[in-house]
Amino acid sequence: MTQAAILCRGLVKTYDEVTAVDGLDLEVRAGECFGLLGPNGAGKTTTVEILEGLNAPTAGQVEVLGMRWDRDEHALRQRIGVSLQETHLPDKLTVEEVALLFRSFFSRGRDVSEVLDMVGLREKKKSWVEKLSGGQKQRLAVGCALVSDPDLLFLDEPTTGLDPQSRRQLWDVVQGFKAQGRTVLLTTHYMDEAERLCDRVAVIDRGKVIALGTPAELVASIGGQQVIEVGFENGVALEDGELRNLPGVRRVSRAGGGVSLAVDRLHETLPALLGLAQERRAQLSRLATHHATLEDVFVTLTGRQLRE
Amino acid sequence: MTPNPLWELTLTRLRLFFREPSAVFWTFGFPLALSLALGIAFRNRPPEPVRIGVSGSGASDRLVRGLESADGLRVSHFRDEAEVRKALRTGGVDAAVLVRGAAEEPALPATGVGRRPEHPIEILHDPTRPESRVARALAADAIQRAAGRADAVAVAERAVTEPGSRYIDFLIPGLIGMNVMSSGMWGIGYVVVEMRTRKLLKRLVATPMSRAQFLWSFVLMRSAFLFIELPALLVFGWFAFKVGVAGSLALLVAVALLGALCFSGIGLLVASRAQNTQTVSGIINAVMLPMFIGSGVFFSTARFPDWLQKPLRLLPLTALNDSMRAVMIDGAGIAAVARPAALLAVLAAASFALALRIFRWR
Repeated sequence: MTQAAILCRGLVKTYDEVTAVDGLDLEVRAGECFGLLGPNGAGKTTTVEILEGLNAPTAGQVEVLGMRWDRDEHALRQRIGVSLQETHLPDKLTVEEVALLFRSFFSRGRDVSEVLDMVGLREKKKSWVEKLSGGQKQRLAVGCALVSDPDLLFLDEPTTGLDPQSRRQLWDVVQGFKAQGRTVLLTTHYMDEAERLCDRVAVIDRGKVIALGTPAELVASIGGQQVIEVGFENGVALEDGELRNLPGVRRVSRAGGGVSLAVDRLHETLPALLGLAQERRAQLSRLATHHATLEDVFVTLTGRQLRE
Repeated sequence: MTPNPLWELTLTRLRLFFREPSAVFWTFGFPLALSLALGIAFRNRPPEPVRIGVSGSGASDRLVRGLESADGLRVSHFRDEAEVRKALRTGGVDAAVLVRGAAEEPALPATGVGRRPEHPIEILHDPTRPESRVARALAADAIQRAAGRADAVAVAERAVTEPGSRYIDFLIPGLIGMNVMSSGMWGIGYVVVEMRTRKLLKRLVATPMSRAQFLWSFVLMRSAFLFIELPALLVFGWFAFKVGVAGSLALLVAVALLGALCFSGIGLLVASRAQNTQTVSGIINAVMLPMFIGSGVFFSTARFPDWLQKPLRLLPLTALNDSMRAVMIDGAGIAAVARPAALLAVLAAASFALALRIFRWR
């Protein structure tokens, strides 16, 4: 890999008593789609806004595209595209007018009609913003970030609150941008979004990076390809130690009143688990298995759910 | 071809304004409706006669005839003193004349002690009502003349109605000033804060947009509106009430433009820190209220005591109203409006510079 698109070291941001970002290191490589995955309040937005030059860090160094916000703000703004977590674009402008307004701030960039094609809003270019659906508004917001033909695109929770179809349409836009060799930094609390879009993911919790790697590496790090989730009803709970001794179990973690077992060989572990439960007269309130996901990574690392 | 950002920003402001029908009404329709209503309420009528009530015997004698034939008096007769007093009390007449014969019994029962000696003629008036004082003076004069008083010196009289002395002549420049102020304050202050709460400001500063150009776009929008607001009120004033412009139209436009710039700057200033629209509404009202009252929109600042005159003259709306009245009514030239115009220019530059400095973009 060549030059890093984003480099930050020891990033700290405190508001009065609260520490939002607590010594965070990141390196985003040029040409990759990098995801910050974490629950609400983990410090993702604060981190991104510092990287976007909208918020000043309390401590730490930030380098974006080899430049620094305190020295090169204007040049840097010409080369990045930003979509904030929430922006209400003016209701009574047309799609085309909004895009043209944003285009006018940049000295170079794409034609507005080209950008509207990219985000699938060509038919809507004469519609007022207030007439757009949530997904269309979000695509317009991303379109406004693309008018400058940026080298680096920031997307803060781009699909939060959207229906599945709108989410897929937005993912297509991001993948199209990435296919041109550009860099994307996105935050999300959806594991499927991170798995689908991101080359690498940093799992963020309480202002720190607690895990970093490709989605496959992260999933593999919990030790099993499958996850068994089990809950007990009548107060008879099985000890972590005896669960860990079941065949094929790689890791045991507890979250939300249940237990999840990361396992290699489902067909061996499951009968053994049921046998143990019967032996102890423990009644199961819940039993489910699924392929391990980034959600399980988060649960394993923090003992909490992503969407808590 | 890269579009020009200042042009696009200004165009955006104009589009958003004209696509909001209620904003258009409050900026253009409301002042017209207000000046129509006030113009009708305070229209000048022909001078009204002063009303005198007369009671008492001998109502046919020459003194009463003298009252009846005097100019500008309208005499009505009442049966007795109680009735004419009632009419005076309720505003039916402005003054009452009681005529008593020499041997006549008092119409009201004597209360005993401290009764005043009787005169043949008595005038009742209420000194707290200006029209009643006028009625007293005119009635006394008519009675004395009828009784044979001659003028000691001949005085020539001429009735004069100065052009521009009607209330509507005073009102139209004041309404223009008020409109320039309130549409600047609301049209900029409120809109900017709304953009802040909607995170649009934050989104804009994430681009290389020039912050000064962003603020300038509001100033340009306000200046453009002036060329709609000002002609609308002037044309309306001319056709509805024959309110003209005595001085130079170009000077009037220049003064109004300075006022629009000044209130654009103040509008940006009040919006520079506020985090929500309730706060900015409060600030706007607090800033405008003293000027609504003290800057001579509806009544002259001369009504305030002397010690207030100097501070009132420092208010931007006072400066704007005074110079517009000077041009519209007195036909004043540049020299006469130089001081208030300079005040407007200084306030405009200072408020714009301060707003740009302390503006909260997030």
